[in-house]
Amino acid sequence: MNGLLDGLGWLFDGANWGGPAGIGTRLVEHLWLTGLSMLIACAIALPIGLWLGHLGRGGTLAINISNVGRAVPTFAILALLYMTPLGLSVWTTIIALVLFAIPPILTNAYVGMREVDPDAVEAARGMGMSGGQLLRGIELPLAVPLVMGGVRLATVQVLATATLAAVISGPGLGRIITSGFGRQDLAQVVGGAIIVGVLALVVEGLMALLQRAVDPMRRARRAPPTRERDRGMPVMPDEVVSGA
Amino acid sequence: MALSGPVHTATLTDNCLVRNDWVCGEYIRTRQDEIVEALIQHVTITAISVVIGFAVALVLAVAARRWGWLRGTILGTSTALYTIPSLALFSLLFPFTGISATTVIIGLVLYSLTILVRGILTGLDAVPADVRESAVGMGYDGFRLLRNVELPLAMPAIFASLRVATVSTIALTTVGMIVNHGGLGNLINRGQSSNFHAEVLTASVLCVVLALIADALLLGLQRWLTPWRRAVSS
Repeated sequence: MNGLLDGLGWLFDGANWGGPAGIGTRLVEHLWLTGLSMLIACAIALPIGLWLGHLGRGGTLAINISNVGRAVPTFAILALLYMTPLGLSVWTTIIALVLFAIPPILTNAYVGMREVDPDAVEAARGMGMSGGQLLRGIELPLAVPLVMGGVRLATVQVLATATLAAVISGPGLGRIITSGFGRQDLAQVVGGAIIVGVLALVVEGLMALLQRAVDPMRRARRAPPTRERDRGMPVMPDEVVSGA
Repeated sequence: MALSGPVHTATLTDNCLVRNDWVCGEYIRTRQDEIVEALIQHVTITAISVVIGFAVALVLAVAARRWGWLRGTILGTSTALYTIPSLALFSLLFPFTGISATTVIIGLVLYSLTILVRGILTGLDAVPADVRESAVGMGYDGFRLLRNVELPLAMPAIFASLRVATVSTIALTTVGMIVNHGGLGNLINRGQSSNFHAEVLTASVLCVVLALIADALLLGLQRWLTPWRRAVSS
């Protein structure tokens, strides 16, 4: 347990929080990298996924993208991008983060739209709703839990990849860990790992709350039976899982 | 020797290694041994992790079904573990297991649990109640019921999760390079820091190929283990 205690001691030492390579700076870098990449990825993947789901076409594309995303190591993409002319630029990291955020968002958006109760869609059509009305009034509200599940999964993925960016000298909290390894400072390695882990858990918790808060049907889904408890969880295990 | 240029260029070795090409046959020829070594390490770490992960997940899934209150705890804990970035998880294990394959394997086992426990539970939950009841009526109980009736019927869901777990474990093994046991990840890391294009690209491509081969092998194994489904699908 000594290693963990040393790590905590390192974290609670105020001297490690300030400065250009301190925890504070790295934390801010990490958060804005994650936020910006998620915004870009959502802007790209949500419209495509929702639209394909609405049309009911391109299913194989949506599923295959997530399969490919899972098989390609994030570290390999980071290393390859680093060796392009982009090099040390911050865009190397952002492009890698966006690339790995797209598959879960796209696939979950697609699956979310496809899983909408066909009876509800048929009833809406019968009432004379147009394609656009159907999309906005029926399909989107019903698809929100799964769509948000994808965004939540992507956030976890992006946070993890942002940590890994440190290996190619990118910004973010991972730098604390890698420079700890470089200086053979065990307390710093563990301290950095603790703060990255805590940040990931906090963000995941916040995303879960957000997912629940934006579900327009949450009151209708009162007292879910046990089997239904996982509804709204990211599509697992055979659809979307990736890690970094 | 037919010379097309000045003589001194012919004395300089000019090959794809010197030009630092992305695709380089010379690299594969000259570094064959270390590529094979990295490949073996990669496959070994992945295989051990998935096998241990599957065994643990099976026990956890059966326990979760036996005692309902455990279900939420097991699923919640494994999901939380999955959230922790791999670089941080390996670093957290580092003080205990040091620079060793054990550090990487423990981390990978923990990650695979999220996928495998869910998959096995999904499969077992989907066994129709009347099938289970008939089996119990025929005298199956406990372990025999699980082995002869429930597990075979849960096979498709279990294999689906096993394939996902294996493919993502192969990708994640690369991060093990932080403790020098990342298989092909070691090559990527070294190639990246010395700006060696062919080394990084070759190792990356091999990772993906490895994942595709493993996925195909598991699919084949599934077909072989569930011969009754072949009749259904064809």
